[in-house]
Amino acid sequence: MDFSFLDQLWLARIPLLKGLGVSVSISLLSIVLGTVLGVFVGLALVYGFRPVRWIVRGYTDFIRGTPVLVLVLASYYVLSTIGIDLGPFQAGVLALAVFCSSHVGELVRGALQSIPKGQTEAAKAIGLTFAQTFTYVLGPQALRQALPAWVNTAAEMVKASTLLSIIGVSELLLRTQEVISRTFMSLEFYFFAGFLYFVINYGIERFGRYVERKTAVPS
Amino acid sequence: MTYSLNFAAVWRSFDLLLEGLALSLGLAFVAILAGCVIGLITAFGLVSRRALLRKPAGLYVTVIRNTPVLVLVLFSYFALPELGVRLGKIESFVATLAMYSGAYLAEVFRGGLIAIPPGQREAGLAIGLTEMQIRTSIIIPLMLRSVLPSLGSTMISLFKDTSLAAAIAVPELTFEARKINVETFRVIETWIVASCLYVATCSLLAALMRAAERRLAVPR
Repeated sequence: MDFSFLDQLWLARIPLLKGLGVSVSISLLSIVLGTVLGVFVGLALVYGFRPVRWIVRGYTDFIRGTPVLVLVLASYYVLSTIGIDLGPFQAGVLALAVFCSSHVGELVRGALQSIPKGQTEAAKAIGLTFAQTFTYVLGPQALRQALPAWVNTAAEMVKASTLLSIIGVSELLLRTQEVISRTFMSLEFYFFAGFLYFVINYGIERFGRYVERKTAVPS
Repeated sequence: MTYSLNFAAVWRSFDLLLEGLALSLGLAFVAILAGCVIGLITAFGLVSRRALLRKPAGLYVTVIRNTPVLVLVLFSYFALPELGVRLGKIESFVATLAMYSGAYLAEVFRGGLIAIPPGQREAGLAIGLTEMQIRTSIIIPLMLRSVLPSLGSTMISLFKDTSLAAAIAVPELTFEARKINVETFRVIETWIVASCLYVATCSLLAALMRAAERRLAVPR
């Protein structure tokens, strides 16, 4: 083994880039799916009829009480046992989307409940329907409130995407481990992978701060 | 799709799951204690007026918070030995989790520290306490009380993060569940029982934290 780390990194560039691509796809897919599902969860938590609200509350509490890794493993093994043949990628993304939905659901609930009652009353007073109240009064205010935290959730999903390596999805971390098993340069390559994740998440974090400044209520 | 639930095999290995749960709790407990110490020291760094203390503390928090825990866990178990740091599985995992939670707790504690009115410190100075005495007997107790809710949620997420120890074969709850899975093929039942154990423990921890908050609430 006469190669230096940079030589090995150059040799491994294609698998690592592919892995990075898979990690980014996992994160994007689970954020998009999780957000769509999470908005419904949040709305159901606030406006749902009582039985609906109980069911959705049970769902969020159960998901939030279970480690993401357990969700990923369970989704992968359970779905294949009951005959739904999803690959590890699909099963993993499904688990992360479900995890994301519980977080987004709580975000949406918190944002909606933090809007003073007077806003709804004022909307009623000028004769808006519920749909109009939501579109013009509650929705925009809730969005402003929830956006910074939602960006944090996005960073959380990038970090959670590493868990899919455990069910054999060839994302960045698994590709890194494969490269390490060939080169034995665990220190360098784990450091490199960690650095890549750091750069992505730091970028998201900075973006979140920017959004926070932009959406802050001027005082 | 004909699958009938049969929990018998899982009940037979239930004691393994309980042992796993006990280890998970133990890992979380030691990690949070060490994490609190690291977080407290870092938080004083973060609010320090001296850049020499503030900058490294900020760097540590930023780096740890933006790196996936699994990468940290694998790094400290597989890569640190190359630097001569050789730890057992459990020690390496607990140390990683302590460093990890330390970064989150530092932010939590920082928020608590800057919320304490300066009058508290001034009052301490006025009755002749040293800076160290002010910290240990005024600032830290006040801060801990106000950060209790965030401390509780960090503790619960830390408990869930112990599942990552399965990746380096520490026999905690997730690892035991996977083992039972492989031995019995009762996949659905095992994951139902394991998830319920996690959810039950998290709810219990949440209830304990709420009780602690009520007891320590600032009287009005």
